[in-house]
Formats: sequence, C-alpha cells, structure tokens
Amino acid sequence: MEHKTCFHCGLDASKSGITFDEKSFCCNGCKTVYEIFSGNDLSCYYDLQAAPGATPKEIEGKYDFLDNEKITKKLFEFNDGDIRIVSLYIPHIHCSSCIWILENLNKLLPEVSSSLVNFGEKTVRITFNGDKLSLKDLVNLLSRIGYEPYISLENYESGKKKIDRSIIYKLGLAGFAFGYVMFLSFPEYLQVEGIWLEKYKHIFRWLMFTFSVPVVFYAAQDYFISAYKGLRSKLLNIDVPIALGISVLFIRSTAEIVLDIGTGFFDSLTGLVFFLLLGKYFQQKTYAFLSFERDYKSYFPIGVTKIATDGKESSIQVYDIQKGDRLLIRNEELIPVDCILMKGNARIDYSFVTGESEAVSKKSGDKLFAGGKQLNGIIEVEVLKSVEQSYLTQLWSNDVFKTNKEDVFKSLTNKISKHFTIAVLLIAALATTFWLIYDSSKALNVFTAVLIIACPCAIALSAPFTLGNILRILGKKKFYLKNANVIEQLAKINTIIFDKTGTITANKSSKITYEGEQLSLEEESLLKNTLRGSNHPLSRALYDILNEYKIVTLDNYKEHLGLGIEASFQKRNIKVGSAPFVGYSSDLVTKNTAVHISTNNNYKGKFTFYNDYRKGLSKLFKKLKKDYDLAVISGDNDGEKDNLTKLLPTKTKLLFNQKPDDKLEYIKYHQSEGAKVLMVGDGLNDAGALAQSDVGIAISENVNVFSPACDAILDAKKFNQLFSYITISKSAIKIIKWSFLLSFFYNVIGLYFAVTGQLSPVIAAILMPLSSISIVVFTTITTNLLGRKLT
Amino acid sequence: MSVIYVLLAISIAVAVVFFIAFIIAVKKGQYDDSYTHSVRMLFEDEIIKEKSKK
Repeated sequence: MEHKTCFHCGLDASKSGITFDEKSFCCNGCKTVYEIFSGNDLSCYYDLQAAPGATPKEIEGKYDFLDNEKITKKLFEFNDGDIRIVSLYIPHIHCSSCIWILENLNKLLPEVSSSLVNFGEKTVRITFNGDKLSLKDLVNLLSRIGYEPYISLENYESGKKKIDRSIIYKLGLAGFAFGYVMFLSFPEYLQVEGIWLEKYKHIFRWLMFTFSVPVVFYAAQDYFISAYKGLRSKLLNIDVPIALGISVLFIRSTAEIVLDIGTGFFDSLTGLVFFLLLGKYFQQKTYAFLSFERDYKSYFPIGVTKIATDGKESSIQVYDIQKGDRLLIRNEELIPVDCILMKGNARIDYSFVTGESEAVSKKSGDKLFAGGKQLNGIIEVEVLKSVEQSYLTQLWSNDVFKTNKEDVFKSLTNKISKHFTIAVLLIAALATTFWLIYDSSKALNVFTAVLIIACPCAIALSAPFTLGNILRILGKKKFYLKNANVIEQLAKINTIIFDKTGTITANKSSKITYEGEQLSLEEESLLKNTLRGSNHPLSRALYDILNEYKIVTLDNYKEHLGLGIEASFQKRNIKVGSAPFVGYSSDLVTKNTAVHISTNNNYKGKFTFYNDYRKGLSKLFKKLKKDYDLAVISGDNDGEKDNLTKLLPTKTKLLFNQKPDDKLEYIKYHQSEGAKVLMVGDGLNDAGALAQSDVGIAISENVNVFSPACDAILDAKKFNQLFSYITISKSAIKIIKWSFLLSFFYNVIGLYFAVTGQLSPVIAAILMPLSSISIVVFTTITTNLLGRKLT
Repeated sequence: MSVIYVLLAISIAVAVVFFIAFIIAVKKGQYDDSYTHSVRMLFEDEIIKEKSKK
C-alpha cells in the first residue's frame, strides 16, 4: 500500500482511506479540522509548516464545569462588562503555524477581539465579548481545532501570576550606570595634567557618585540581603565577600572624593555589580512552559458533575465535594476522591497512583481510590472522603514536600568562599599590620585596597556561566533541568533508582507472544473480528498485531465484564479472555497479563503480554553499573522479574509491589547510609520518591503535559543518553574548578598591587573587567566543547 | 557659563530619557516573551481573499 501521511497531523494515513480536497487524512477528526480551516480561508495554516495539527479529542461534556460561574470567574484575568480576558495554557503550541492560527482566532469566532500567543510559555491570551460568547464555547472551539487548553485545579488556585522583572530593572540600571561612570572617569585615567581637568574634575566625580548610589542601594541589594542572611545562620557564603567588597568600594570612593584625595573606584564598583547581575541573569534561565512543581492538583479537573437527590446534574468544584455526594464520572475522567461505585461498569486505570500498568474492573459496591482514571463509559459514585483526605492526596502531607531542597544544598561556590573569605581577611589584617609599623599613613589605604581587589567577582561568575550554559545545552538535548544547582547535585550522585512502569518500559506498548496450538486461518480471522468490537485495551493491543482479515458480521457477540468475550460465526464459537472463562484451569499461574483463547470449547493457547523495555536500556545499565549502585523499584507485581534479570546487570537490585510510601522510605533509608540518590520515575506514584531523592528526574513521553514535581524532566526518547548527561555534569564541575584557579591567579596579581599600596583606580578598572571577561570566555568555550560531544 | 555644563546636562538628559524608555518597556512586558515576536513579524496577509463564488 502506498504510504500516505495525514495532511493535518502528519500521522500515518495509509489505512484510513479518508481523502478530502485530494488530501489524505488519518481520521475524521483531522479532516473536520481541515474543513473548518479551509472553509474560513485559513488554509494558510498548512503553508507555514507541514502537518502542524493535532487530532482533536472527544470532549463531549468535559468542559461542562465552565458553565459554573463561580469557577469561570476565577479563571478570568479581566472581567468587566462584556469584555473578558482569559489566558489559556495550550500544550500543543509548537510551531509558527500554531501562533498564526491562534492569533487569527477571530476569523473563526467573530466575538474574539484579539488573541496573543506567548510561545515560550505556550499560552494564549484571548480577549472576547463575554455577553455573546461563553468561555465554554471558546474552549470547545479550541478543542475542536486540536488546540485543547489544559485547565486544572492549579490554574484555579494561582489566579493571576505575578511576574518578577526586578532582575531586568537592576541589570538595566547597573549597565546604564556602568557605561556612564566609565565615560566620566576617562579623563582622569589619562592623567592629563592641566587647569582644564582641575576645574571640572569635581563635577565629574560627584556625577559618578550620583550614578553609583542607586547601583549600590538598589541593584546590589540582593547581595547585602543574602550576605546578612548567610552571616545570621553562620555561613560564609559567596555573597559575604562580595557585599564587603561593594561596601568598601563605595565608602572608600566616597571618602576619596569628599576629602579630595582621588577619583575613587566608582567605575569598578558599577562594573562589578553589572557583571555579577549579568551572571545571575544568565543562570536564571527557566523553562517557562514546563512546570517542576506539579502535585496532584494539576492532574485533577476543576469541576465534577454532581447528581443531586432529585436527579439533577450540576457542576461543582472539586474542593466543594463532600462526603456522601453522588458524582458522575465520564469516560477518560479522573476520579478526584475516594468513593464507592454505585452504578455502571468501572474499569479503572490506576497507573497514576500505583504504577500498575493494567486497568482493573470494579463492580458496584467496590471502593475506588482517587487518582484512578475511568476507561469504560459513565459511572456513578458516592463520595467517602474529601479531596484532601483521600488516599492519594495524603502522600503530599509527607514532610518531604515541605522542605525546600535548595535550602539544604550547599554549592561548590559557597564552600570555596568560606576559605576564601577567611584568607582575604587574614591577608588584609597582615598587610595592614605591616604598614602600620612601616608607614602608618598607608595602612588604611592598603586595608581597603585588599578588600576591593579581592572581591570575588570572577569566582562568583564561574558557576553561573558554566552551569547556565550547560543548562541550555542540555535543554537543547531535551533534558530540562529545574535550575543550575541540579547540575552540581547530579555530579555527586552514586546511587540510581529507577521506577519500572513507564520509566524503563515504554508506556503503552508491549510485546505479545503466543503460546499453544497454532490457530488456523479461519480461527485467526474469527479472533480478529471478535476483537474488533471490544474496547478493552488488551483487545486493542492484540487486534493491532494480528494480520488483516476480511471484516465479517458475527452471528453472536457478547462481552462479559471482567472475564472476556464470547462470539460465534458460522457454527464456530470462540472465547477470548481470562483462563477460567475459556475453561482452562492450569496450575501454572503466570503473573504476566495473558489473554487465553478457546474455540468450540477446545483450549487453544494464550497470548502473553510482556513489557516492552526502552531502547538501549541494557546498554545504559551496563555503562552505569561501573560507577553507580543501581536498583529498580516497581509498584507492579514481580511477573517481569526473570525478564529483568536477563536484561540488567546482575548487581541491580529489583524490588516489586512497592507502594508510593515504600519508594519514599527506600530512598530515605539509602540516604541515611550516606548515598546520594538519583531517582528516575514518571508518574504521580513516584512523586514522593522524586521529592525525597537528591535529584529526581521525571521521564516524560510528552514533556508538555503530566510530569510530577521533580528536579529535571527528561524526554523519553533521550532515555538512553542518561549516562552522558551525568558525565557532562561532572565535567561541568571540573570546569568550575579550573575557572576558580584562573580567578585566583588574577586575585594574586591584584593582591600584589594592593598589599604594596600601589592600587590605583586604573589598575582596578583594568583588572576587574579583564578577570570577569576571561572567566566568561573560558567557561563558555569549554562548555560548548563539552556540548559538542553529546549526541 | 562654560559649554561643558550644557553638554553634560544634555548628555545626561538624553541618557535618562532612554533609561526611562527602557523601564517603561520592561514594565509593559516587552521583555517577557522574547520569541513570539520574531515569528509574528513575518506574518502578513496570509489570509486568502474571499472566494468569488460566495
């Protein structure tokens, strides 16, 4: 068959046979979106980028909660009269076509007056006429064209986000002052003797002073605050010598111009603050479209459908759910609270909570836990506990989620700075004592000069520029780190613990093998036709691997919930399902998921489903085992044990049937023995473990949606590169150490001038930027060389 | 009065004007999104004109 791709979304469209306008589509959904676009003269969408779209999902009733005004009111950014503004997060935004179509939204909906995309954050800010268009209709339209917004409890709570732009202001101010002060100090650098300079130097100096005041008291205030905090908790962090240097620079310079001794060091002062802030800004790079702080709130829907005693349905907020309420859970919806199933057939996918890959069937009267996803039509449930008290959400009351990892962490820079500060103070004291004896008039001069020149600007810049650049390089390779500290942490790891389901196994795909009597062609055809009618995930998976057969209408078809399917065609009868259902009682109980087949009441055999492990898994483990202790910890049963022992190095520890709490405790135990643990997980069930570990990496098939709180997010496709990412972090630490050496070298030269009492403003003004710039150049070049090695 | 004072005053005034412009730009959020604009400026009249049969 000719290979065709969908014109809208780029998926394989060879099998669907749907064509429209001489273009092929993979499904009706994609075709409909194309029809909407071409009917509204928006087909240019496809010219900007080939196959940019996403298949729209079934959303019937999903956004009914947006009818509730109490909920929508909190989602609006602006709501006055008929003008409403709402910001929606749309994970699918990924190319210029997306920007174009979303910003031309008013061609589809005339009520929309303007829409503005922020590509970095993947949000669109829509202004629309609230009297003529409801938020629900807007969201429904976006979903219909494949841009389904992501609305969760998280949006509901945060309300309007406050953007912190202070670093840009400070950087702007410091840069502005730096440039101006440099100009003003130029005449005195050249030391032209004469009446001209004598006459004007005072006004120049006082202008420099004026420009420096806001730099010291506004732009540099973070360093003073941080130094004060550090001293109060008896820590000599890097900001202590910096704050000391800045204040000495400012006081001495002011004293010099007041007493008319010299020009002072205002140029060095403003330059220093400017470079430091530049480093800070560089390190502050964050991935705005990713969230590293997600907890259960971002998984849960905002509203659920409540059924009142008189049978009337209404939307209520998740937080308003009370014990005893009756709720309606639709297909593909998440169960927000612990409850009892009252009506309907439940097939619950607990993979979020437990990591168990297979969905379970529940009968009415069974208990359902929060976090499960309903896969089989509509059910009705009665609430047992409120949101906060449910089993899943209780995990978040663990103390781990309250402690901030960064507070505990001590960076390499701060470790060095302790020794550095003590050494500088010692040198200053020694030099001052010497001069007090030898020539007391120079003593104060030398003391301040030492503190000025030793101000560890270059040291303070080493880490931000190295780590900031590595962060960017890794981001390009689809390994997104929360912040630069994670790199330092990653370099120290000695134990790596992996979750199984979804982490080392590919999420949905599985390997299926058949054991038993060979099926005849007719039997296989019958099997395929039987499976056609079933929506059970195992049926779908099995259906996809069987050969193509002619579609026939079955004479008889019956699905037995939780057991299997029974069907007949032309006197041939087939049963597909669990072992007892097909009439096969075997003492050989397999722990792996299996589907048994019997025809005309003769047992034929079974299809066993094995996990499909990620590519390069065994290779990765082989590389890792030399330097790290490895463990695999899973919420699943031990059905895959044999398979895993074959794949992984023998040293690897394997643990099964671990609950979310167990995982957390296991990591805690290792840490108490001095291990630095890297946890690699994927679902909410790993959230506790990810928070407890020194570095928690979440593996994600789609980085834009669904990853629990963690320190880093790794694209699943890059899983086999994990080893090289850890290696690069280690090399980064080496680079920082080398640049420390380089900056010490500059400090020694500077100290020579300072101690001998020869430090003039010109020398300071040359040495300070020179050392900073060479550090920046050195770290940038070396990190880029490192980045080239990555594939 | 020497011309140098005039020049100093002018230079500072010009610099301060630009600095204020910078602050206003930041405040209005022009630095919040540094990517989308680079794409947006390349769009023009991509919308196909009304077809005649309508």
